[in-house]
Amino acid sequence: MLPFSFEWIWDLSHMVFMGGLWYALTIIGLGMTYCIIKAAVDTCKGKGGHCGH
Amino acid sequence: MDSALIPEGVKRCSFGKFIFWIIVVGAVLLWGVFAMLLCWFKGLNQTNMNDAYGFAVWIWADLAVIALGGGAFFTGLLRYIFGKDELKNIINYAVLIGFICYSSALLILAIDIGQPLRGWFIFWHANVHSMLTEVAFCLSCYFAVLTIEYIPLILENRQVDKVPFFHNLSHNMHGIMAIFAATGAFLSFFHQGSLGGVAGVLFGRPFAYREGVFIWPWTFFLFTWSAAACGPCFTIFITWITEKITRKKLVKKNVIMLLAKIAGWMLATYTIAKIIDTWYWAAVTVPSKGFTLMDFYSNNPLYGIWILVLEIVICGVVPSIILITKKGRESSFLLISAVFLGALGACVNRWVMVLQVMAVPVMTFESWPMYFPSWQEIATTILPVAYGIILIMISYRYLPIFPQEREIEQIG
Repeated sequence: MLPFSFEWIWDLSHMVFMGGLWYALTIIGLGMTYCIIKAAVDTCKGKGGHCGH
Repeated sequence: MDSALIPEGVKRCSFGKFIFWIIVVGAVLLWGVFAMLLCWFKGLNQTNMNDAYGFAVWIWADLAVIALGGGAFFTGLLRYIFGKDELKNIINYAVLIGFICYSSALLILAIDIGQPLRGWFIFWHANVHSMLTEVAFCLSCYFAVLTIEYIPLILENRQVDKVPFFHNLSHNMHGIMAIFAATGAFLSFFHQGSLGGVAGVLFGRPFAYREGVFIWPWTFFLFTWSAAACGPCFTIFITWITEKITRKKLVKKNVIMLLAKIAGWMLATYTIAKIIDTWYWAAVTVPSKGFTLMDFYSNNPLYGIWILVLEIVICGVVPSIILITKKGRESSFLLISAVFLGALGACVNRWVMVLQVMAVPVMTFESWPMYFPSWQEIATTILPVAYGIILIMISYRYLPIFPQEREIEQIG
């Protein structure tokens, strides 16, 4: 549910519950986006051969 | 046949033997899938749930696997946040077990809601006054975190790792794993707690009702605490089973000892808190509602006073004493018995907080309703076990789950 949804009410419960959900999803999403973009950049730079870590 | 996919320097059984066991466990899995499809296409009349048991074996299994999967978040917390570096040798397996437990929990919920196509309603049409909404949010997000923690393991497969992008992705994900681990611990704290909170706020059911702090009843904290204590016990127990089946040592003793010691102290402190909670509930809360302790226990086979003794003494006090003493931990038999009892304790606690809560009569004209699950409920509860075994078999064969395996094999 987002604030523009017709069910949305600007009260503490909605802000805490939905804010917490979107906060967690944002951290997970940004973290993965960072990893994928950095991996793509590293690959373009020729990093990551056939050896292990 | 598949030797190019197996991690370097380790031995695995023949491909034929591997496929044979996949088929055997797969048959059980298919039985569960058949029962699941029956529940989806014919409806919840396939179950033995009724007016007394709106929550039944599925919800018990759900809460139990979530508690047992707590080893992933707690081991991750210890490894990435508290810097217990030795645990890097068991964290992969803890994550795999957590991943299986949480995907199983979501699968069971998908069957239980009856209309899985409407599962997204809880996110979009959320009831923001329900602890179960918080559970659904945190459970889904934490499953995403566990998937993120599991992906690098897949990317470390011998052949996948040869692709530079996947190699770099895995490396980068390891680099910021502490952020994911911290997020996972935060989410776990709230969903484990809210599962306990659901029972604790039931003021119409004095068996479950507890006082607490602000909006959180004591059960909120006890559930999180027990998951942090019993989850690592389950991880150690499954590691031991895997070692017995593969007939080789996979994790060094010092790693198991450290995790067992921490789990032991968590279990000991949890058991003390649980005893205080039970005593206060029996001496103050219950009389204030017009009941006595023995009103909540019956002579029937499911809900006798024995269940309280089993949960607190046999699965709480006994394993705690074993795990916090060096002598207890060093005896293989005692250690495994203790971690088994610890894991069983979480299952018994969830059984009591789900099913006994439903069964205890609260009106003078009510009696103790009994419940036995239908075969469809049993099959769909066994389904995640079969799925878990298959995923462990595949992961163990093709992924570097145990970093110390090669070294131990060379020494041995």
